[in-house]
Amino acid sequence: MVHEVVIQNGNKMELHLCAEHAAAKGYILPTVPVTQILKQFAATGKSLKAQKAAARCCEACGLTFAEFRQTGRFGCATCYDSFMPSVAAIIERAQSGAVSHRGRTPKRIEGQADRAAVRRQLIKEIESAVAAEQYERAASLQGRLHQMGAEKKPPTEPTT
Amino acid sequence: MSDQTDFNSNNDNDVVVSVRIRVARNLAGFPFTGRASDSQRQEVLQMVTHAPLGGAFPDGLAWVNMTQASAQERQLLVERHLVSKHFAQSTLPRALGLGHSEQLGVMVNEEDHLRIQSIFPGFRLNEAFDLARSFDQALEETVDFAFHQRWGYLTACPTNVGCGIRLGAMLHLPALRYSGEIERVKRAAKDLHLAVRGYYGEGTDAIGNFYQVSNQVTLGASEEELLQHFRDEVIPKLIDYERTARQMLLEKNRPLIEDKVYRARATLKVARLLGAEEATKLLSTLRFGISSGLLHNLSIECVEQLLLQVQPAHLAQIDPFAAEEEKGRLSRAILVRRALGDYAEGNPEI
Repeated sequence: MVHEVVIQNGNKMELHLCAEHAAAKGYILPTVPVTQILKQFAATGKSLKAQKAAARCCEACGLTFAEFRQTGRFGCATCYDSFMPSVAAIIERAQSGAVSHRGRTPKRIEGQADRAAVRRQLIKEIESAVAAEQYERAASLQGRLHQMGAEKKPPTEPTT
Repeated sequence: MSDQTDFNSNNDNDVVVSVRIRVARNLAGFPFTGRASDSQRQEVLQMVTHAPLGGAFPDGLAWVNMTQASAQERQLLVERHLVSKHFAQSTLPRALGLGHSEQLGVMVNEEDHLRIQSIFPGFRLNEAFDLARSFDQALEETVDFAFHQRWGYLTACPTNVGCGIRLGAMLHLPALRYSGEIERVKRAAKDLHLAVRGYYGEGTDAIGNFYQVSNQVTLGASEEELLQHFRDEVIPKLIDYERTARQMLLEKNRPLIEDKVYRARATLKVARLLGAEEATKLLSTLRFGISSGLLHNLSIECVEQLLLQVQPAHLAQIDPFAAEEEKGRLSRAILVRRALGDYAEGNPEI
């Protein structure tokens, strides 16, 4: 199911679509396989900007974005930063709109996490989403930003 | 787990065959397996297989070098769901670590450097979760995993990023299949962001009405939240669907179900030649008969054991001649008749 609220010229319009109609209208549903998401990405990539994006390559492992699109697999950890902001859009689609990790953090980096950088990135993306009138996405990112503010650093385990 | 008691048995095993937790991890500082050189893959293998695991795993793991394992041994591991077909067929340097009576399996150099799996029979999800997590944490004491402030644990495929954890259950859903409800359930599962796959995982058929159900979202929720949702909402709902369908079928169509179950038993008791797929389907029907209260002198555990033994590589362990297909069909039929108590040496009429 797809529910979308569109606000245009001050008028609010609600859209409710079943899975089939949503797919027919071009919405990407959360359970679509990642390779399909990537193919759709490729189909829209005809502009010069998109061609440049396809030629981008990871500075660490040399994987090109076009290769990633073909296989759906990254080459190394650095690819996640090398292919931003496309990576954010792909992950959010593949992960049903989730915008960042909320699970466990390795002990070695607990307390050192650069949360400010993640917050700055989220704020930047909220601004882009609002500019593109993607209000639902903006709300989702905003929600995560609030959560980050509410999350406390997990207590460190006592050493023996 | 569930309030329904009519069909309730040990660990909800009338519907839940087994549960599996799979954790994907990559070592920091190395390209992911697909992009790494063979020497880097060897280095990853060395680091993981030689990593001290501490008090939680005092005996370490038993390591199987997959490049030295025979085709039959690799097939045996697939049949036990300890490795993926992709991992069994790969030609890369890779290994499988086994521990805790095969309840823990660790694939090294799969699509990710590490795929930690714990498999338990029945609906013992908490135990599976604890075992996989304790291995994950023990290893993290000595090696660094690739981690990103925003995306969490990094994986080759972005569908696994975040917690990197997949919770899965092998469900036996014959009544939903017979009643034609299975497609509706599959659609509902998709709405719940679940993947529904066949007997041997992605791209395989649901032979014997066995389905693997697992979460698709690994980002944006903690490991505990994912576990709680899967354990307390998703699987109980599917169990209830199947149990309701079983009750409905028995109320409305009892002769049809009895016919299916008793024919399956009769066939297994008299067959002289049995293929693996046919045996799996018939044993699945027996399993259904037991959990529906139609068969009494047989246990689900016995059927589970047979379901494994009739698979080609397992059968070849019992009877080396069974590796040949026709002899395998003969050998499988004898094995089943013997297990069901209708085989007597020297009495070919039985």
